[in-house]
Amino acid sequence: MLGKTAGGLLWMFRYLERAENLARLVETGQRIALTRADRSDSEWTSVLHTAATYDAFMAHHDEITGDAVVDWLLRASDNPASVLNCVEAARMNARTVRTALTREVWEAVNECWMTLRDALARKVTTRDLPRVLGQIRQRSAFVRGTLHGTMLRNDIYDFARLGTFLERADATARLLDVKYFVLLPSAAGVGSRLDNAQWEVLLRAVSGEGMFRMVHGRKQGPAEIARFLILDGRMPRSLKFCYTKIGNNLGHLHRDYGIRLPCHDLSDEICMKLDQATIEDIFDTGLHQFLQTFIGQNVALAAQIERDYRFTE
Amino acid sequence: MTSQNPFDEMTLADGSIREAYQTFADWFAAEDPTRLRAKAREAEDVFRLTGITFNVYGDPDASERLIPFDIVPRIIAAREWAKLSKGIEQRVRALNAFLHDIHHRQEIVRAGRLPVEMIARNDAFLNQMIGVSPPGDIYTHIVGIDLVRTGPDQFYVLEDNARTPSGVSYMLENRETMLHMFPELFQQNKVQRVSRYPQTLHSSLAACAPLACDGDPVVAVLTPGIHNSAYYEHSFLADQMGVELVEGHDLRVVDGRVAMRTTQGYKAIDVLYRRVDDDFLDPLNFRPDSQLGVPGIFDVYRAGGITIANAPGTGVADDKAIYSYMPDIVEFYTGEKPLLENVPTWRCSEPDALAHVLDNLSELVVKEVHGSGGYGMLIGPAASKKELRAFRKKLEARPSNYIAQPTLALSTAPIFTKKGLSPRHLDLRPFVLVSPEGIEITPGGLTRVALKKGSLVVNSSQGGGTKDTWVLEE
Repeated sequence: MLGKTAGGLLWMFRYLERAENLARLVETGQRIALTRADRSDSEWTSVLHTAATYDAFMAHHDEITGDAVVDWLLRASDNPASVLNCVEAARMNARTVRTALTREVWEAVNECWMTLRDALARKVTTRDLPRVLGQIRQRSAFVRGTLHGTMLRNDIYDFARLGTFLERADATARLLDVKYFVLLPSAAGVGSRLDNAQWEVLLRAVSGEGMFRMVHGRKQGPAEIARFLILDGRMPRSLKFCYTKIGNNLGHLHRDYGIRLPCHDLSDEICMKLDQATIEDIFDTGLHQFLQTFIGQNVALAAQIERDYRFTE
Repeated sequence: MTSQNPFDEMTLADGSIREAYQTFADWFAAEDPTRLRAKAREAEDVFRLTGITFNVYGDPDASERLIPFDIVPRIIAAREWAKLSKGIEQRVRALNAFLHDIHHRQEIVRAGRLPVEMIARNDAFLNQMIGVSPPGDIYTHIVGIDLVRTGPDQFYVLEDNARTPSGVSYMLENRETMLHMFPELFQQNKVQRVSRYPQTLHSSLAACAPLACDGDPVVAVLTPGIHNSAYYEHSFLADQMGVELVEGHDLRVVDGRVAMRTTQGYKAIDVLYRRVDDDFLDPLNFRPDSQLGVPGIFDVYRAGGITIANAPGTGVADDKAIYSYMPDIVEFYTGEKPLLENVPTWRCSEPDALAHVLDNLSELVVKEVHGSGGYGMLIGPAASKKELRAFRKKLEARPSNYIAQPTLALSTAPIFTKKGLSPRHLDLRPFVLVSPEGIEITPGGLTRVALKKGSLVVNSSQGGGTKDTWVLEE
């Protein structure tokens, strides 16, 4: 496979994952804004931080309002990480790697782009917002479905999946890091049930409320939430889950090509850390510290994969 | 603007249906127009979803456009095709012999059959190609011969595309779309299939592998990139052949071979089907500012390290002044009378011809010798007085830059419109593959049709559409 193609596949699926995560984040922000009594816009501030676009937003706006944030995250052309730009970038990458994709996957991503381009052509009203957010998630899920259902399990598939999980690990880690203070043991005194708005944000933003209830029932506290999102290998958006997948996909490439590269060592190191850590250890070293290190290593791994597999010259 | 009654390929002057169209005509008469309209829209959706688009330069809002597709097939009878394909094969053999000769001993010039300046002053001629003999002496591997028709048995070659004929992906997708929408039509009519083209292309290219190749030849398609107007076709062909689609920056010269950067290091390419123009192929040998090519690829080529298809310099044969010599060229190299006719052509470089052209400008079609895509051409009968005056000046300033031809009464075939079937002018580009193993012509080709009533311009860049083209079985 061409190095460029490997890069295009990885980025195609990174961008799709990013678009989907953004939709979930907007959905959460909107829900908090509608259901919380204080109606403050502070939740939108943290949404902007989670999407790593606070500074860029403030460079274009005087104040933070729900409307403006939603528009910024979904469709602003000057926000390179808006859903619309992500989907366009995903499709652009898909076009460059068209020969590596099945017709089904290509058509799914092309249709994803056509649908969302129309849905996001103009400002989305509050009334339309749930429908549009649903479309974003459905279109993205559809692409994933065609990938699972029609693609050969070879190096092409591995690079596509690496893109998904590098991006997802990054998104979950950033989400946690923006809210890490609400998970500190000292915050437990505020309320031990799931009525803490911040905890709800955390779980909803990863579509995790239902799964969390299933696992933890009524026994819910910050340590459980942190463990669930960092260390629970069953939770498909946890750091542990993402790295199990990354480890598997890199392992396939290792066996397929018969060459072990620096990215394999780096990935093993991160995987081992997640295997061995307990949530108590993490709180002891400091949650924020742990997440910052993780985010940095995740970025470093992405860069190492790019070098090892010759995405560019 | 054209003669009063151009030949219609479906309906004769007395209203009767020509034989090849009879089954289709019966089917059409029984169809509900509303259903057909819905089908036509459905076809458009299929094209959009598949991404069968072409890019329009300098228009960001419409950077990917669909070429309009007409649901009425263009139907050619088996015996008509048998005759045409013999003529095409003859012409393509002559083209390759000609391209070999002009890069070697130039016998045709020595024999006084072609003036030397036709080659010496031809912008597409590459001195670097002198003495180069590609594997099998094949210069143009993929050829498109543009044909027009004026009567039941009257076909003309309008131009030769020996450089980089495009459009084959539309031929294939048009057929797929028709099979999808109207399967019953293919039960009622026995249509020769076109779907083997990509496999034939692959084996035809592989058969031209260079000496340096050891083992199964590695084929790749070279594209200028995602913004090129024919990018869809490049990716389509690579996909259908199951080979890599590469850009210049994926390639470099490694150990005397051209190699592509893969996830496992550099891997040598044996045959490169390039869709990048000669000028941009190699910044060390041609345009130094090119970002699209591979530095040093031409040196590897000359040394037999890679086969480039089509060979650099084949554009010589696309020149419209050369075209005017094609009957001589065919005869010179094949020793046979040309089976396909040329359109009578005046070379404006010759004073007598120029005088005739200037006197009859309003009745002629005038073309630039290096032009393509329907640009820079004058259709006398359709031009205003002002346009004629402006063109006359250009012609007088640089006569050798032009050739002129009579305005042909191009045949028509029906398209499906809101008011039912309506005749439109069309042409045909059959695709030909050449390898040491032989010449393969896909039955049919790409039919381009002028969608505007009376218009003679079929180019997609200027509002033309396409049709599925059927060659019926015997």
